[in-house]
Amino acid sequence: MSRILGGIFTSHVPAIGAAIAKGLQQEPYWKPFFDGFPPVQNWLRQAKPDVAVVFYNDHGLNFFLDKMPTFAVGAAPRYENADEGWGLPLFKPFEGAPELSWHIIEHLVGSDFDPTTCQQMLVDHSLAIPFELSWPGVEQWPVKLIPIAINTVQHPLPSPRRCLALGRAVGAALESWQGPEKIVVFGTGGLSHQLDGERAGFINIPYDRYCLDHLGPDPEALTRQGSLDIIEQAGSQGVELLNWIAARGALTGRVREITRNYHVPISNTAAATMLLENEALVPA
Amino acid sequence: MTIADNCTSRAGHRTIAGTPIFDGAAANQGYALNAMCFSFNDAANRDAFRADEEGYIARFHLSEAQREAVRQRDILAMIAAGGNIYYLAKLAGIFGLSVQDVGAAQTGMSVEQFKANLLAYQEQLA
Repeated sequence: MSRILGGIFTSHVPAIGAAIAKGLQQEPYWKPFFDGFPPVQNWLRQAKPDVAVVFYNDHGLNFFLDKMPTFAVGAAPRYENADEGWGLPLFKPFEGAPELSWHIIEHLVGSDFDPTTCQQMLVDHSLAIPFELSWPGVEQWPVKLIPIAINTVQHPLPSPRRCLALGRAVGAALESWQGPEKIVVFGTGGLSHQLDGERAGFINIPYDRYCLDHLGPDPEALTRQGSLDIIEQAGSQGVELLNWIAARGALTGRVREITRNYHVPISNTAAATMLLENEALVPA
Repeated sequence: MTIADNCTSRAGHRTIAGTPIFDGAAANQGYALNAMCFSFNDAANRDAFRADEEGYIARFHLSEAQREAVRQRDILAMIAAGGNIYYLAKLAGIFGLSVQDVGAAQTGMSVEQFKANLLAYQEQLA
């Protein structure tokens, strides 16, 4: 019987990867951000998950505008990182869990979701950086990967309500999986930031705090508005919050906050990290 | 055309000040420019652009507004011509621009001022 152990939520700014590559974790600019991760790493060492289900958004590596899925689920035996246009060092490849991927896909379609399914899927920094932050310096990732990409690029974006429902359907699929795997869920991106337009550089600390305070105990509070409302309050790229909302939905039990960290700024971004432990309502 | 003009041209749609909404109309308008930027995931294409910018642009059939925006390194004009920041970021990389450089250029600030404004948010953390 599989178990959903918890959810890790973190920003995924490309500059974090560059800071790791240069070993800047203890520099004054970076330390307040990286200091958020030892509690996450310790929890992972104890919890020992086998599979990571990651809700993230592709940044023009795997998906172009010729075909832009609203929700895409990876079902590949292996995923690779690749050059995103800046020639940065590449992240290690990721082993997939195709049988569990197809189980999730079957459950989603059976629950009236219509995901795109991908047997070839490059994964970008928004997935790899959270892995590197969680398992720094490991030779091989200790978990298999199921990537779930949410469109945050081209409007109309899915609603927060729909993303929470997607996550809940994924959680129900994981609970009905008969394998022995222990599963961790990731939601990546955010929090408030905006790269484009005259409002570039916008950050909204009160809104971010509201999101952090409600994500665990009351995720519905984050779904009473539309995606454009999130953009107004969190900035154009702050809408990556949708990944967090979906990942929260996949935690189907009682959640307990283990740790959180919030630091401004990392690059143009209000950077946040949170770990929610998931306790099954019915013991496995 | 400014971004504000572009936003108000979203007839019947919600606008957010200073915030491009990359909707279907923008996606149609910007397809060629974004396709060129997407090609820069390949290092050989970045080199080809550097070697012959006009020739490379011509291969992607950019509109005149898009060509001029690229020539001028004008991010706001690229966005007004349908460019999407996730793809434009790859072009900005070729120009050696960080996201702070891009932010400063769009807001009319110096890069130092833009960075200082970001750091000033820390005052709210106390």
